[in-house]
Amino acid sequence: MYLPDFDYYAPATLKEACFNLARLDGDAKVLAGGTDLLPHMKNEVIAPKALVSLKEIQGMQEITYVPGRGVVIGAKATHNALVRSQVLRDRYPSISETAHSMANYQIRNRGTIGGNIVSAVPSADLPPILMALDASVVMAGPHGTRTIPLEQFFVGPRCSVIACDEILTDIVIPDQAATGSAYFKFGLRRSGALAVVGVAASIVVNETRVAQAHVVLGAVAPTPVRAFKAEQLLIGNSVTEALLEEVGRAAADECKPISDIRGSEEYRRDMVRVFTKRALRKALHLPGEQKRGVK
Amino acid sequence: MECIENNTGRDKRYAIQLIVNGDSYNIAVKANTLLVNVLRDQLNLTGTKKGCELGNCGSCTVLLDGEPVDSCLILAIEADGHEIITVEGVAKNSQLDTVQQAFIDNAAVQCGFCTPGMILSAKALLTRNPHPTETEVREAIAGNFCRCTGYVNIVKAVLAAAVTKDRGA
Ligand SMILES: Cc1cc2nc3c(=O)[nH]c(=O)nc-3n(C[C@H](O)[C@H](O)[C@H](O)COP(=O)(O)OP(=O)(O)OC[C@H]3O[C@@H](n4cnc5c(N)ncnc54)[C@H](O)[C@@H]3O)c2cc1C
Ligand code: FES
Ligand code: FES
Repeated sequence: MYLPDFDYYAPATLKEACFNLARLDGDAKVLAGGTDLLPHMKNEVIAPKALVSLKEIQGMQEITYVPGRGVVIGAKATHNALVRSQVLRDRYPSISETAHSMANYQIRNRGTIGGNIVSAVPSADLPPILMALDASVVMAGPHGTRTIPLEQFFVGPRCSVIACDEILTDIVIPDQAATGSAYFKFGLRRSGALAVVGVAASIVVNETRVAQAHVVLGAVAPTPVRAFKAEQLLIGNSVTEALLEEVGRAAADECKPISDIRGSEEYRRDMVRVFTKRALRKALHLPGEQKRGVK
Repeated sequence: MECIENNTGRDKRYAIQLIVNGDSYNIAVKANTLLVNVLRDQLNLTGTKKGCELGNCGSCTVLLDGEPVDSCLILAIEADGHEIITVEGVAKNSQLDTVQQAFIDNAAVQCGFCTPGMILSAKALLTRNPHPTETEVREAIAGNFCRCTGYVNIVKAVLAAAVTKDRGA
């Protein structure tokens, strides 16, 4: 299996990379880990005239905590780097656990968080948990940078708002009092399987009542989607099994799954109900779901 | 990585350096040349196998700066200046590595197609985690498909290699 011909650039700076992309005017693709792009090119789905590699650009892979700003993850951070990061393990273990549940060890060594987001595949695993944690994305272009909430990033399957001369540089998770978060994914195998359904939840509990809740569904709509009705049912209430069941049903009502080789629409809808409950139980540190988590 | 002169267009070749199994190679590659093809076709290191060529099966696994990666999904040019270990570099002075010996002793080699990748994934695992549990072994080789039989003997072999290493053999 061979790759079609293309021109190759490996600029040393972000600015140069953006100018390269601008000059190539939509005919070029950014190359990070290549775990999504190269299979796509081998399968002749796309044939970009040029690849602009990020490999010579220094930095862009650190995972740090910046007081007042939050946790900042460089777009070039690999999935294994997310798994190993002490900053994430301390603050958002759900992100490390999600990365751990993806692909296989070899792919996790190359695949990056930036590539996972920009690919904009509806079943991608990181976007739901990042959206549940209110993440923003920073993009650099030839004329400066802009930051938008991740929630506004996706437009449809493999389609996002990033311009062809922009590079995703950072993912920022703002400081918040999230008392817990979790991502539950249902795949047909333990390893290397794309999500049939993915549900992310993050929750803020004051005393016994839910003050804030995010429920984000993956693989059941053209983009990851918030389950707003499900969230509303939680806010201001204390969580009981009966409430969780109601919330699960609301999330199932809100999603718009398709039927495909991995699962029918009805099946996915029911799995949304079940996985919403599981993700919430784990985010709330309720017993019973730890073992069946994404780890 | 530098561009070789008098080369134009899509046939352009780039001079790169790869350090493979400790030896340095200065070679010319096209932008679309994959690392797996350089190893097999240009360096004649055919221990690295090609299966799916899409990142699923792990038969093309090599160590890049010590970490297992699928060489079918890496442009050779992206590996410029880096160190690569293939299965040919695992034995030292005609002496099989503990992991290789354990594969033989535990009948973990069937047709042998997956074996090079398995050995490299296992070696990397034992380097970062000398005392893995069975679950950790299974997880470390989850990206290496064996289509001959099950994984029982392979897992046994990796666990046995960990014990042998402990005894200092
Ligand atoms: C066997 C296998 C299993 C997989 N399993 C999973 C899984 O379980 N879950 C999952 O979510 N995904 C999975 N994937 C998909 C893929 O590995 C991930 O989405 C990965 O994170 C992509 O990152 P990358 O760095 O390899 O991206 P690349 O392939 O380099 O790029 C992907 C796309 O993003 C663009 N891009 C990359 N980085 C940037 C940037 N910084 N700025 C702008 N554009 C950029 C590229 O131009 C390209 O369009 C799997 C892939 C394989 C081959
Ligand atoms: S040949 Fe590379 S992963 Fe299958
Ligand atoms: S021994 Fe034949 S594929 Fe594993």
